[in-house]
Amino acid sequence: MKKEKTMKLSLPTEELMGSGHLACQGCAATLAMRYVLKALGQKTALCIPACCWSVIDGPFPHSSLGVPIFHCAFETAASSASGLKAGLEMVGDMETTVVAWAGDGGTFDIGIQALSGAAERNDDIIYICYDNEAYMNTGIQRSSATPYGAWTTTTPVKHFKNRPKKDIDAIMAAHRIPYQATANTSYPEDLFKKAKKAKEIKGTRFLHIYTPCPTGWKSRPEDTVKLGRMAVQNCIFPLYEVENGEKYTLNIKPREKKPVNDYFRLQGRFRHLKEEHLKFIQAEVDHSWERLLKLAEPK
Amino acid sequence: MKPKKKVEKIVFQSEKDVPLMPMSLGSMLYNKTGSWRNIRPEIDLAGCIQCGICWKFCPDISIEIENEFPVVNYDYCKGCGICAEECPTKCIAMVEERK
Repeated sequence: MKKEKTMKLSLPTEELMGSGHLACQGCAATLAMRYVLKALGQKTALCIPACCWSVIDGPFPHSSLGVPIFHCAFETAASSASGLKAGLEMVGDMETTVVAWAGDGGTFDIGIQALSGAAERNDDIIYICYDNEAYMNTGIQRSSATPYGAWTTTTPVKHFKNRPKKDIDAIMAAHRIPYQATANTSYPEDLFKKAKKAKEIKGTRFLHIYTPCPTGWKSRPEDTVKLGRMAVQNCIFPLYEVENGEKYTLNIKPREKKPVNDYFRLQGRFRHLKEEHLKFIQAEVDHSWERLLKLAEPK
Repeated sequence: MKPKKKVEKIVFQSEKDVPLMPMSLGSMLYNKTGSWRNIRPEIDLAGCIQCGICWKFCPDISIEIENEFPVVNYDYCKGCGICAEECPTKCIAMVEERK
């Protein structure tokens, strides 16, 4: 056991999130919060609408985070954050980073109006959407982030979701915001770098973080990190940045594009899918990947 | 090792004790989530290459670094098994929880 090697950690050891929170086993949303807070530091204020994180944080008067949190109504994550930032500027605090931290339901469906408004005004906030692809907190209902073919309690196996996932990144790119990126909890260094970069930029910044959810996806808790990695290697959830809605940068380009089948086999929510469905999904994934490659081409 | 912070659940005796502004007064550390666990991770330090991957991917922040080696904090570990799955040398074993 006596080894004279020192540990080289790829992330800072300072933790702003504490243990004892109420997340399920193997929850990736907690990982997302942990890495983002490591990057943004103590001078951060969070606006959290109804989502998994409003429960994970703990009941009043306890909190598992070391930064101030404002629990707001479901549809108002972005507008609360805009207001909070305006208030801070009024009292002369220019350095605090204000973050709206919403789930996919609060971003793709319910909060999109407030988000679009904030992006149009270019308010100086970071909007972070952690995407677990359904309303997990209320019991796995379909959201517009749910991918094609997935089982949820409102899209049962007989009538599984037959519409693709909403392309929120394209919607945000159309707003021409200064910075937006997709990130994944299985690539913490990449996520950390993007959160740090977002902190330095002024204006509305949007981070879309992919967070596997063992409870809702009916996967094993230990596969959380593996699933996230697979989603990037299969090009289901590519990692890229967009600046000013125009400059696309692809961060991770898989050496060989793996077929989507392995990723689907690990998740109980896709168990009913037949070979032809998987073929259809593969074609869709290939199509959007080609489109992204074209966008990211150096001009 | 860092001295363990004293953590207690905050209970209000009467309505008068409740602050006017609903704000957080304490941390969630009183909530010992270790009791959720069915299987527990055990690190065989002989095979550890000190990569820090188990520390990095722990959702419950229950792997601490002590003297350059990872140590599991069983008070909070929920037994998800991510550390055992991601360990590159597979020196973390998930064993049945003994009562």
